[in-house]
Amino acid sequence: MDHFPTNWGRPRNDAFDAYGTYPIHQRPQNGPKDAFVDGVQRTQQPIVTGTSVLAIKFKDGIMMAADTLASYGSLARFKDVQRLFPVGDNTVIGAGGDMSDFQHIQTLLDGLTIDEFTAQDGHTLGPAEIHEYLAQVMYARRSKMNPLWNALLVGGVKDGKKFLAFVDLLGTTYSASTLATGYGAHIAQPLLRKAVEGYENVLTEEQALKIIETNMKYQVAIITEEGVRISESKTLDTHWSFAEGIRGYGAQAQ
Amino acid sequence: MPAMVSAAQPVQRSFNPYTENGGTILAIAGADFSVIAGDTRQSEGYSIQTRYAPKVFRLTDKAVLAVNGFAADGNMFVKKVRQRLEWYRHAHAKDMPIRAIARLIQTMLYARRFFPFYVYNILGGIEEDGTGAVYSFDLLIYFKNQTPAPGTAFPKHLPLSTVLPLVIDSFTSATERHIEVGDGLEIYIVLSKGSTALQSLQTIRGIQELTATNDGERVFVIRRELKKD
Repeated sequence: MDHFPTNWGRPRNDAFDAYGTYPIHQRPQNGPKDAFVDGVQRTQQPIVTGTSVLAIKFKDGIMMAADTLASYGSLARFKDVQRLFPVGDNTVIGAGGDMSDFQHIQTLLDGLTIDEFTAQDGHTLGPAEIHEYLAQVMYARRSKMNPLWNALLVGGVKDGKKFLAFVDLLGTTYSASTLATGYGAHIAQPLLRKAVEGYENVLTEEQALKIIETNMKYQVAIITEEGVRISESKTLDTHWSFAEGIRGYGAQAQ
Repeated sequence: MPAMVSAAQPVQRSFNPYTENGGTILAIAGADFSVIAGDTRQSEGYSIQTRYAPKVFRLTDKAVLAVNGFAADGNMFVKKVRQRLEWYRHAHAKDMPIRAIARLIQTMLYARRFFPFYVYNILGGIEEDGTGAVYSFDLLIYFKNQTPAPGTAFPKHLPLSTVLPLVIDSFTSATERHIEVGDGLEIYIVLSKGSTALQSLQTIRGIQELTATNDGERVFVIRRELKKD
């Protein structure tokens, strides 16, 4: 006897649940098994990785910055990779972690944008919706033990409201007036907090840019009510002459 | 001869789907009220992720749930409990009573016996008979707060005017002693119908009422700053 009511065939009336099958239980898998299932590998570690993304709130919106390096272990493998990605007119996401997983996320978001555009219902997705979508995707993937190995910042302005939030490979989410991923979370975050907390509605774009510049190297996205601006890749003036004097750091032989 | 290393099976570092996001929660039941509190810091290791991530959630006017552990699981769990409460409301045109919510949570936790929600829950509120109630859960099951043995008066119920300073002092102390606790404090207070504790709430600075129905139970929240270092 097959004890699974959903295997007994279609009920005559779809609207009436004759077999009392609600809630629908997991149907047993009777089909052929995927012969290659044992050969499939999931992401267990990131390969080509990006690191810090920084973001802060300021008077008119959100400012987000990321460097353009994608590393292969300790090798600086790709030097001009865009890690900031605009979604619609109000949102930018910035990614640390595995760059191929990030490209997959971009593909997902492109699909989502097209679906929403096709609906032509007068609504557009804002940063809060994009973040909720990403959080659900990331949490679902971690629950399948097949994570997308990223830490993402989502920032934007819509209907006069600033939004800045984080989501990572575990599906952990949070929001704050300053956010950072990767090494930036340890190095830059305390400085950003000192400069920004309590001044979210006071800082001008120029002041915000100055704060970001003292922390970064890079590409900047500025999201205000007027829309998204993402800069070209810039280089930062850094001073490494002090390295000469440090043993094992500069060019000296021993 | 050194031990042979098998090349047949690739060695995999397995992905850990859990983390610990710190913080602390507490609840105290009184005779005709219940207090549920939690700090608002969310952290991972030595890093503070945010200074404001609520851990305490109003479910109905009679029930407040506090979640602690892995934040992503916690948020998802609260979302699913709320979804079930909404379905209950649509089916029965009333809010689910707290003892039923406690059983529901137990069932939902045990359903994930083999991939647990890494969340410690405390549920506080008012029973249908108007008494204060606290239920606490580990990853899989629940315990009701101590109720007096038949014919005895234990435990003694404290008045709200004693409980509130006790809660605030507990959190300030925990903040001093533990790096994961701090930033902010949210105290939810659920009063039963016609509770006499209402008077002592009037004078409290910055208290905010969150009551949504006219059933008689009332929900309030008090927010306080904690040290940020």
